[in-house]
Amino acid sequence: MSQKITIDPVTRVEGHGKVTIYLDDDNNIKQSRLHIVEFRGFERFIQGRPYWEAPVLVQRLCGICPVSHHLAAAKAIDVIVGAGTGDKLTPTAEKMRRLMHYGQIFQSHVLHFFHLASPDLLFGLDAAPDIRNIIGVAKQNKHLAVMGVMMRKFGQEIIKVTAGKKIHGTGAISGGINKHLTIEERDSFLKGENNIDQMIEWSGEALNFLKNYHRNNKDFIDNFASFPSSHLSIVRKDGAMDLYHGVMRAVDNEGNRILDDVSYQDYLNYIAEGVKNWSYMKFPYLKHLGKEKGWYRVGPLARLNTCDFIPTPLAQKEFEEFRAYTKGKPNNMSMHYHWARLIETLHAAEVMKDLLNDKDLLTGELIVKGEKQSEGIGVIEAPRGTLFHHYRINDNDQIAMANLIVSTTNNNDPMNFAVNEAAKQMMQGKREITEPMMNAVEVAIRAYDPCLSCATHALGQMPLEIVLRDKNENIIQVKRT
Amino acid sequence: MDKSIKIKIDGKGIIAKEGQTIVEAAEENGIYIPTLCHLKGIIPSGSCRICNVKVNGRFLTACTTKIHDGFEIENNSPEITELRKIIIETLFVSGNHYCPACEKSGNCILQALAYQYRIMIPRFPYIYEQREIDASSPKLILERNRCVLCKRCVRTIKTDDGKNYFAIEGRGHKARIILDEELAKTMTEEKAMKAMENCPVGCILKKETGFIKPIGERKYDKESISKVCVK
Repeated sequence: MSQKITIDPVTRVEGHGKVTIYLDDDNNIKQSRLHIVEFRGFERFIQGRPYWEAPVLVQRLCGICPVSHHLAAAKAIDVIVGAGTGDKLTPTAEKMRRLMHYGQIFQSHVLHFFHLASPDLLFGLDAAPDIRNIIGVAKQNKHLAVMGVMMRKFGQEIIKVTAGKKIHGTGAISGGINKHLTIEERDSFLKGENNIDQMIEWSGEALNFLKNYHRNNKDFIDNFASFPSSHLSIVRKDGAMDLYHGVMRAVDNEGNRILDDVSYQDYLNYIAEGVKNWSYMKFPYLKHLGKEKGWYRVGPLARLNTCDFIPTPLAQKEFEEFRAYTKGKPNNMSMHYHWARLIETLHAAEVMKDLLNDKDLLTGELIVKGEKQSEGIGVIEAPRGTLFHHYRINDNDQIAMANLIVSTTNNNDPMNFAVNEAAKQMMQGKREITEPMMNAVEVAIRAYDPCLSCATHALGQMPLEIVLRDKNENIIQVKRT
Repeated sequence: MDKSIKIKIDGKGIIAKEGQTIVEAAEENGIYIPTLCHLKGIIPSGSCRICNVKVNGRFLTACTTKIHDGFEIENNSPEITELRKIIIETLFVSGNHYCPACEKSGNCILQALAYQYRIMIPRFPYIYEQREIDASSPKLILERNRCVLCKRCVRTIKTDDGKNYFAIEGRGHKARIILDEELAKTMTEEKAMKAMENCPVGCILKKETGFIKPIGERKYDKESISKVCVK
């Protein structure tokens, strides 16, 4: 007997995802949707708070990438305190923040690849769920699991010394940073047991693991859940990859620039957010292309499609190989997110090494302030993609308006496309959903590393619900894992 | 020369000076008695009751009670500890305390007391009282959600000619801290900073100075309040 399961709104995005699949007369996939059934509320309840609290308070919406929210908010508040739009911070403040950010990119990418994605690659989509998780990885390939744990630890320790805590620190403050790096802290990363050179080496090893998997599973990696799309990110003014600061750039699926050299302070002129009645997550799009054609992808794949080069040698070499694979055209293959993510991991390790050797981290002015403004926008490339924070304050220094476009929100349309493609490829014409089919849909979602716990191998407790309906929208089957 | 007085705290004999309060005598002898509304150097008010001890069988506030020969004081007994926990929990449920994003976290006496007494969750239901923030003054924000009505600000922050910047308005659960609108306009940076420092919680916030002190370097980050206070 059919039944309908409803998940009530719960707080924060990490949590529950729901997929619905509609069939036509011939049991072909008519429509698939990824529903985000959670309500956030941060934009509302931040109102009335002192503006300098934003970097500390808003980051609480995430436990995986709080640093990204911390820094995006801090960048927005920099504008408000007259510390410029990324060009006036002291060298110490900017470099400490960059170190914090690249530590975050490193740990988050590592978490995703080793803990969340690698079980699929190691065991296959149809492996039993009870082994398809990080514990299974540890049993099957101890070295891979140890690498994952130690690399993530390294990133977390970098966050701790720059932000004060591994999760939800307070390092970035209005107009700068509140601490230097000590020589002891620096040396622990440069000379310790699992030091930065080890991290660079392991990043390369992880990349080779993936490339090897790609060689052996070319059809799956290249074709599964693939679809053409535009791509958006910030890039450095000269076109280099820069995950901390830059100008907005977007390319279409052929590589034509549809947005270029745009200051993110003007993002509202270029980006709008659509709403749909079946999801709490909005659907951002480029205004000049409209809702239907203006959606875009963000995150590692998008960033490697928008930038001209990567400004560190080892990652640049990998970037050249990545771009050559699609003959210089944008790469539209969803599963190549993993490849792009690991190139960024290597890049992050190289950037951290350069920063750790920079004496500006040890001494120098921490804060700068100027003429106060009533509005500020901060944008950063978070691990999962472009993250927008926008605040307006009143005359009493309280936040009057907040608008957040979170990375996963930018990928809303693309994830729905990916789910649709995955459903077509795996379930077309079939009346019964099997667990491997469901996992395949999750694999497509997982490639985007969305900030939902449905993207995790929660040791057998994945809160993903799939509803199969006939042409009259009657529920044929409901599966929850 | 000060006259010495012999008293006992939790059975331990100590020698203190005549005229000292129990809190002062205890501190001088390395014994921690918690305080919240009390601030060294000002006349104690004994309003928060967290320093309650039992003196010869009677409950008294240690910050206001001067020592006398023969005092036998219970400070660390299960009964007193339980009483203090109840007071701390009551303060938590009657305000809206959200430590994670509070500027005072790590420097907050209420938070430090909760850690000291290992309070995981209050036994009483939260009241979720609607309290308004006053951000109208040029230098300070009154975050009334966190106010514990200790009156430290009222008692210590005054103009050069002795006028109060702060006052308590209303009674009972409607009592709230207010700041004189006119005097606030001429408040100096130093006085504003002092007001924030003297506030034991995160109610009085100096504008535009948030989170300057990194986590890990705050007063109660490394040691419990009992160790910090008896050094």
